[in-house]
Amino acid sequence: MTTLVFTESRLDPAKSRHDEVLPAGKGWSHVVRAGQVFRIVDLEGNQAVDTLFYSAADPSERYSAVDTIREQGGIYLTTGTALLSTEGNVLLQIVADTCGRHDTLGGACAVESNQVRYAIDKKFMHNCRDNFLLELAKYGQGMTKRDLPSNINFFMNVPVTSDGGLSFEDGVSAPGRYVEMRAEQDVLVLISNCPQLNNPCNAYNPTPVRLLVWDAG
Amino acid sequence: MTAGALDSSRIIYEEKLRGGQMWSRVVRRGQALRVTDVEGGASVAALFYNAADPLERYNMADTLKAQYTARLTTGYVLYSDMGRILMSVIEDSCGWHDTITGIMSAALAEKRYGKGGYQELRNDFHRNSRDNFLIELGKYGLGKRDIVANVNLFTKVTADTEGKLDWVPGNSRAGAFVDLRAEMDVLVVLSNTPHPLDPAKSYAPKPVALTVFRALPVAADDVCRKKRPENERGFELTRRYFE
Repeated sequence: MTTLVFTESRLDPAKSRHDEVLPAGKGWSHVVRAGQVFRIVDLEGNQAVDTLFYSAADPSERYSAVDTIREQGGIYLTTGTALLSTEGNVLLQIVADTCGRHDTLGGACAVESNQVRYAIDKKFMHNCRDNFLLELAKYGQGMTKRDLPSNINFFMNVPVTSDGGLSFEDGVSAPGRYVEMRAEQDVLVLISNCPQLNNPCNAYNPTPVRLLVWDAG
Repeated sequence: MTAGALDSSRIIYEEKLRGGQMWSRVVRRGQALRVTDVEGGASVAALFYNAADPLERYNMADTLKAQYTARLTTGYVLYSDMGRILMSVIEDSCGWHDTITGIMSAALAEKRYGKGGYQELRNDFHRNSRDNFLIELGKYGLGKRDIVANVNLFTKVTADTEGKLDWVPGNSRAGAFVDLRAEMDVLVVLSNTPHPLDPAKSYAPKPVALTVFRALPVAADDVCRKKRPENERGFELTRRYFE
């Protein structure tokens, strides 16, 4: 049995300073300032949103999946999770979540891993790492694949079994579910709205998400 | 021969690592590295890079999802972020090596064990894996940006249905070993310091023994190759890189 806890937010989208819909398969990057609140809305349900965070002041300090899960003693991200950096600092804190569980073990799809996972002739397919690399190139700080550590997959459900297996389960998200986090320092947010068509993580149907930012209240 | 015995003609060299010590070497394609937990209870943090192009490195997520596993043992391989295989776990008498819980930093070590500086303790000072990795990686022009989610040899951490982590005591007994066969020239970086979830209150990392040896050729029925169809493709993509 699993228990999912939902925490709603009181923030009003009409009062946000940034509000956009990111189409399926697109990349996005944005600096969220300390104290601002960032929300991702799964508009149509079970869309994987591959996400990375960096300290805007020094992007060599970046999100660390293994430090985040070890220090909170659990593999799932939800309200209360401190998203930790490679230096042990809090980048953002998850403050609201109406999905209840997010993954940080499954990583991002790429041309090369798709070839391993599905078929060698899948090389032509669009993937998250291409989005990440293009956004990093636009950001213009000389960041490359070297700067793509293990990421978060918001709205994805990837349990570890008691014998150490990894399973990709049906999503626990639904249309309109969202996750919200407060930046504890200025952070660069990097997103790929996952275009994966080879597995059921998006129900074979990648869909848009809504991204909102509120100023410190 | 006893289980795991290596013919001496295959051994290139052996080396001991004290508790706290770090190590690196390019393990050539066709060579293998054996890590032996001499006394039991060791934990060795490990990172892996393509020696010819260290921008290609071990990728935790690709390793896990290609093989539907969160632990490593015989039959599993270590995938790079380029769809190729860095190393294969060809033999393992331990049964569970961790991939998801990372390493200790200087700050975490001080919180756990108190101050343990060189001035007081000389070469028994409290080393930690993050600093060890930074030192060893610096010798190859690598640094902070290159420390990715690592493997923790001999460490077992389970997750329950709620996702809660549990560090399992007694996972590795005296004499337990794991053999990693290099499928390309691999820069292996090791740090032999306590795992951050090990609840021991005193700083007492255990020694390990390293053996670099000539691996047998990869057979058609190789245990790692046959583990999954994904691994067949991984071996094929690695072959295409070389041939």
